[in-house]
Amino acid sequence: MAGEVKTKLSKNLLRMKFMQRGLDSQTKKLLEEEEKKIISEEHWYLDLPDLKEKESFIIEERSFMPCEDLLYGRMSFKGFNPEVEKLMIQMNSKCKEEEIEVDDKMEADVSDEEMARRYETLVGTIGKKFLRKRDQRVLQDEDEDGDSNARPSKKAKKKFLKPQD
Amino acid sequence: MAAGSGAPAESCVGQVVLPGDVLLLPAHPEDDGERLRLGAGAAPRGRLLCGPGLRRCPTGLLVTKCGLLRHRPAGGGAAGAAGGAYWVDSQQKRYVPVKGDHVIGIVTAKAGDVFKLDVGGSEQASLSYLAFEGATKRNRPNVQVGDLIYGQFLVANKDMEPEMVCIDSSGRSSGMGLIGQDGFLFKVSLGLIRKLLAPKCEIIQELSQLYPFELVLGMNGRIWKCPSCLTLGSSPWACGLLVLEPLVQL
Repeated sequence: MAGEVKTKLSKNLLRMKFMQRGLDSQTKKLLEEEEKKIISEEHWYLDLPDLKEKESFIIEERSFMPCEDLLYGRMSFKGFNPEVEKLMIQMNSKCKEEEIEVDDKMEADVSDEEMARRYETLVGTIGKKFLRKRDQRVLQDEDEDGDSNARPSKKAKKKFLKPQD
Repeated sequence: MAAGSGAPAESCVGQVVLPGDVLLLPAHPEDDGERLRLGAGAAPRGRLLCGPGLRRCPTGLLVTKCGLLRHRPAGGGAAGAAGGAYWVDSQQKRYVPVKGDHVIGIVTAKAGDVFKLDVGGSEQASLSYLAFEGATKRNRPNVQVGDLIYGQFLVANKDMEPEMVCIDSSGRSSGMGLIGQDGFLFKVSLGLIRKLLAPKCEIIQELSQLYPFELVLGMNGRIWKCPSCLTLGSSPWACGLLVLEPLVQL
């Protein structure tokens, strides 16, 4: 009964993941290709030649704002409404950004050179904190090598000191 | 159909143009097919802005409104088009909603979650109650029928009902929203509003020296003025504006 007619499993079933684990690579490829064929045949597409979009240099605009560089609509004078006056400065300066760019650099509290100097030293000190012990030892040796010209290394390599009688 | 092949655009600047006129633009060396070479030696054309009253046509620009042709040369403003701008300066009282315009609207109805505003166009604009700064479902703005609202158009085309919002793209109100309870609302022509909003408007500068006051100018031809503490009331203002209008037109 079992060997007579092998019930044919449907394609959908074969496509399921648990069935595909046992397959070898060739059958997998075949199945994939068949799937792709099905999709590409059923897939609708427009059989038109590619229209190249003309790069036009003219932008159509229905509003007057960019043409005439109009100001912001809310206005307040002589301090009647201070919030609106602040808004006026803000919105009108957005349009005229070119003039304001010159004053863009805020006055820094710390000059650039000082900042660079501080940064140099800061990076070193904080960086050391995060080194592993082995690296710290190496760093120390390096530092001492650098200073060896100035003073001889105090720490000689520690050996076993024989107790003297 | 067109009378004559068309005149070059530069020669018509400052003159009256009529609908149907074709304005020829100087042909630029790069025709369609080639791309703009970045960093070309001679100043690259940039994008030409074709403003209200003009439309693109195969040969150049087609005029759709009668008025004076204006031109702003290239490289003028940072925000504007790099290649210069052409537009038609026409007189009009009827406002047509345009996306991005700031207008004053009068609330006519509250329909559920949406306010209906009269902006002077052919249709009423809709404004959602969530389109205010800091508005949530629980915290609704206190807007009643008859209030004035300063907002901008989010959607404005001939196929759909215009939609307004009172916040900008970053979620801040930047001055939009409910306008104060008291004050006066005037209806003027659109051209006068544009003149008043021009960068160096003498009228505004002179008025600002007189006494403290507040103005809100909507692109739909509506001006709101605060109730001033001095004796200057609404009628002198309205008369003043009407008198100034013909002077400003030139």
